[in-house]
Amino acid sequence: MHRKTFLKGLVGAAALAVAGLPALAQDTIKIGEINHYKRMAAFAEPYKMGIELALEEVNAAGGVLGKPLEFIFRDDQGDPGEAIKIAEELMTRDGAVMLTGTILSNVGLAISSLAAEKKYLYLASEPLADSIVWASGNDYTFRLRTSTYMQAAMLAEEAAKSDAVRYATIAPNYAYGKEAVAAFKTVLAQLKPDVEFVTEQWPALFKIDAGAEVQALERAKPDAVFNVTFGTDLAKFVREGTTRGLFDGRTVYGMLTGEPEYLDPLADEAPVGWVVTGYPWYDVTDASNKAFVDAYQSRYNDYPRIGSLVGYMTVQSIAAALEKAGSTETEALKMAFKGLELDTPVGPITYRAIDHQATMGAFVGTIAMKDGKGVMVDWTYKNGADYLPSDEEVMKLRPAN
Amino acid sequence: MGFFIAQLLTGLANAGALFMVASGLSLIFGVTRIVNFAHGSFYMLGAYVGYSLMQVLPGAVGFWTSILLAGVIVGLIGVIVEICVLRPVYRAPELFQLVATFGVILVIQDLTLMTWGAEDVLGPRAPGLTGVVRIMGEPVPKYDLALLVITPFVALGLWYLITRTRVGVLVRAATQDREMVGALGVNQSWLFTGVFFLGCALAGLGGALQLPKGGADLLMDFNILTAVFVVVVIGGMGSLPGAYLAAVLISVLGVFGVTYMPQSTLVLMFVIMVLVLMIRPYGLFGRPEVAGEHGQVGEPERPIKPAGPRARMIVAAGLALLALMPVYGSNFTLVLATDILIFCLFAASLHFILGLGGLVSFGHAAFFGGGAYVAALLVTYADTPMELALLLAPLGAGMAAIIIGWVCLRLTGVYFAMLTLAFSQLLWSLVFQWGEVTRGDDGLVNIWPSAWASGTTVYFYLSLVICTGGILFLRHAAHAPFGYALRAARDSARQAEATGIDTKRVQWAAFALAGAMAGVAGGLFVFSKGSVFPNELEIARSFDALIVVFLGGVKTLAGGVVGGVALEGVKDILTRFEYWRLALGVLIIVVVIVAPDGLVGTARKLAERWGILRGAEDGK
Repeated sequence: MHRKTFLKGLVGAAALAVAGLPALAQDTIKIGEINHYKRMAAFAEPYKMGIELALEEVNAAGGVLGKPLEFIFRDDQGDPGEAIKIAEELMTRDGAVMLTGTILSNVGLAISSLAAEKKYLYLASEPLADSIVWASGNDYTFRLRTSTYMQAAMLAEEAAKSDAVRYATIAPNYAYGKEAVAAFKTVLAQLKPDVEFVTEQWPALFKIDAGAEVQALERAKPDAVFNVTFGTDLAKFVREGTTRGLFDGRTVYGMLTGEPEYLDPLADEAPVGWVVTGYPWYDVTDASNKAFVDAYQSRYNDYPRIGSLVGYMTVQSIAAALEKAGSTETEALKMAFKGLELDTPVGPITYRAIDHQATMGAFVGTIAMKDGKGVMVDWTYKNGADYLPSDEEVMKLRPAN
Repeated sequence: MGFFIAQLLTGLANAGALFMVASGLSLIFGVTRIVNFAHGSFYMLGAYVGYSLMQVLPGAVGFWTSILLAGVIVGLIGVIVEICVLRPVYRAPELFQLVATFGVILVIQDLTLMTWGAEDVLGPRAPGLTGVVRIMGEPVPKYDLALLVITPFVALGLWYLITRTRVGVLVRAATQDREMVGALGVNQSWLFTGVFFLGCALAGLGGALQLPKGGADLLMDFNILTAVFVVVVIGGMGSLPGAYLAAVLISVLGVFGVTYMPQSTLVLMFVIMVLVLMIRPYGLFGRPEVAGEHGQVGEPERPIKPAGPRARMIVAAGLALLALMPVYGSNFTLVLATDILIFCLFAASLHFILGLGGLVSFGHAAFFGGGAYVAALLVTYADTPMELALLLAPLGAGMAAIIIGWVCLRLTGVYFAMLTLAFSQLLWSLVFQWGEVTRGDDGLVNIWPSAWASGTTVYFYLSLVICTGGILFLRHAAHAPFGYALRAARDSARQAEATGIDTKRVQWAAFALAGAMAGVAGGLFVFSKGSVFPNELEIARSFDALIVVFLGGVKTLAGGVVGGVALEGVKDILTRFEYWRLALGVLIIVVVIVAPDGLVGTARKLAERWGILRGAEDGK
């Protein structure tokens, strides 16, 4: 009898100890942030800085639901399997209320699949792949950043305004490149049925043989080029193309080329005259965006990249969803994200209920040279909502609905 | 015609950097027998060092001086690595050193990130060589022409060094028979260090020379590695003219591939490699490996024996502890344990052919990823239930192993390793490219277990049973006549043949069995993660298993499993820190130096010294 009581007490104490830990941890609302901090350091670092800036602001204003908001940053080495393991740990051991992060689309898709199975909420902040919200879309996954389709559609609209008829495309040989080219071709052909695609080039990602690619493009004698290469591939492509005169008298439409992450390393060799999507932080005038840029610069003594903006908006979105839900329960948060509206540095955005894609837009402009480095000029901010397929098409693209 | 010539020139110019890095790797391998995985890292360092020097040294003189200095500095870094990391482990089992070089990769990656920051660096243009020259109307960059001239000069210089100088005589002698060179009184240590300096300097030079055609970034170490391996193998390991010819061949064909088959960029190089090796098994200018050359360095291996009662009890206790894990562990502990179990089976399957068969495969991920993809495709397209998919995954992987093994087993040693690498790359690019079926790198998602097994605990038990069963089965096979025949084929193919063992068939069967077991692990993996992506077939995955087997101990039966648990466990802890790659790299290097017999082998020796285990001498 005594012994039993003792055992009961022991079990009770253990249970209390176990229950006590999360109780203590509940002092903050935790968000699990998974990213490739080392493998893609150039993109992940500004993103993380954007998150931390927004967190400081949110918490200075009293946090959300009366508690401070906290992000747990974990490195997945860019490996989807590793990301799944970390996601489980964040949700079941660290007490995270939802997941966010990733730049690489495949890691995003892996987490999204886990989210649907285990009923975890996942906000895909940076990955661009269309399939995250469409072909593989599910009820527990939302996406913030302007998708591949949207950015390609914006550039296709610009391209349709020109006289060019013969187009060549160059894109890295993987899902993102293929999706971008497919979307550009579809939208451009709709807007301007007489266009012709004379060649498609598919260099292996980060292993471009730029000289050969430029020669192959030149050989097809296109009027204009659609470029999807980025990072080191872009740098090599621009240098070889400029040296060999590929861009003379041709307009190039460049996905992401105007983003500081990709444009700034090119320095005084930035390809002048390219029509690109990007982020002209140096030139923004509207109050909300200016306020973000100023806050960022005074906080870090560095300028914001597109990743910084996305990181900042990720925190804003999550805070807004938490406030709207009034709780940290997954189901309540999910309902809150559907149709969630919030104000961001780029203006008001909505998380569409139909496909969970946010209507964050993109800046489209022309590259010019200023003080020895490339900048975007004559840019406009295009609202993402205007560059998505019709609702009927979206329903067809998204089997989850 | 003009277009044709312009393309040829582009290809020849591209061959420059590739040749320099490849010749360095080839030299190092020829003399020291080390497959230097870190060679790409020296190439990356060359680019960064060259870039920094060019910021300081102005003008054309400064530019070319920077390139030369970059080579020298990287060579010196190579010397430091050789003396600190590799010298202590030359006596370790064959190919063990590649684990050390893997640690070096991790260390250099983080140190480079710390020093030069995360943003890509655009290389400065060569002063005076920025424009183009029109050749038959086609623009050809001047710098391309400069590269065209420089590369043959470097190649000639190397040729002169190797064939006409005393140093070269020693290097060639060491390539042919390094023991004899040592016996003749040549200081091997400094010969090795010297060759390492030269090899790394060449890699650094290659990195600096390509700056005007691109720049420096943190991914370039791995990005060039496969191409360099391909060039070295096609040319013939240890052959400089071979490396030059292969670099030109790969680059020129690559350029034409871009024009005429734009989608081929991922596979072309590996198709060429497989074709060349099918016709000339030792590369264009390589020579067959002399029997015994790759024989065991260091002390002879001990005969394996079934575990004694004490070892059995320890294993049984460990298994019981594992089986009780759901009682005391958290949900995440189970997830982590499932991951490690699956990885251990994968590592054990590689250990089976590597340790017992002496067949070093650089492409074992083909079967792990292959099994995963078989299961995932079945679920996606045929709604196959998990149970059936788990059965068919090893069948598919085993079939693949039978086919790949049939081709690869014609070769031995490093050439066998490289051919397996080529095949795994072919499989990877097939999965990557064939988007209509495999969905490319968007992967196959929503592959979850059947309802009864979907809980974390149940799936943990499922993995525990299957993985332990698989590992015990492999262990049992090692003690069966089949295992004896396999080891006989490894230790002395001629004697084994003479006693009536069909060595090739035994090795083939072992290769297929290992492939099937990796397939089991792959099948379990896909249902535990719910999705699969081409990176499960990547070289990095093959290397993971390879590192683990060496780290655990090739010459011990438990090596794969112990290494798997150790590395995965350590990784799980370290990745929580900022500079985890540096920490992991240093840790791997330390383990390699302190425990050259692997974790298990070294532990056993220590145990014997302290009298806990009986030594081999008083075995019986």
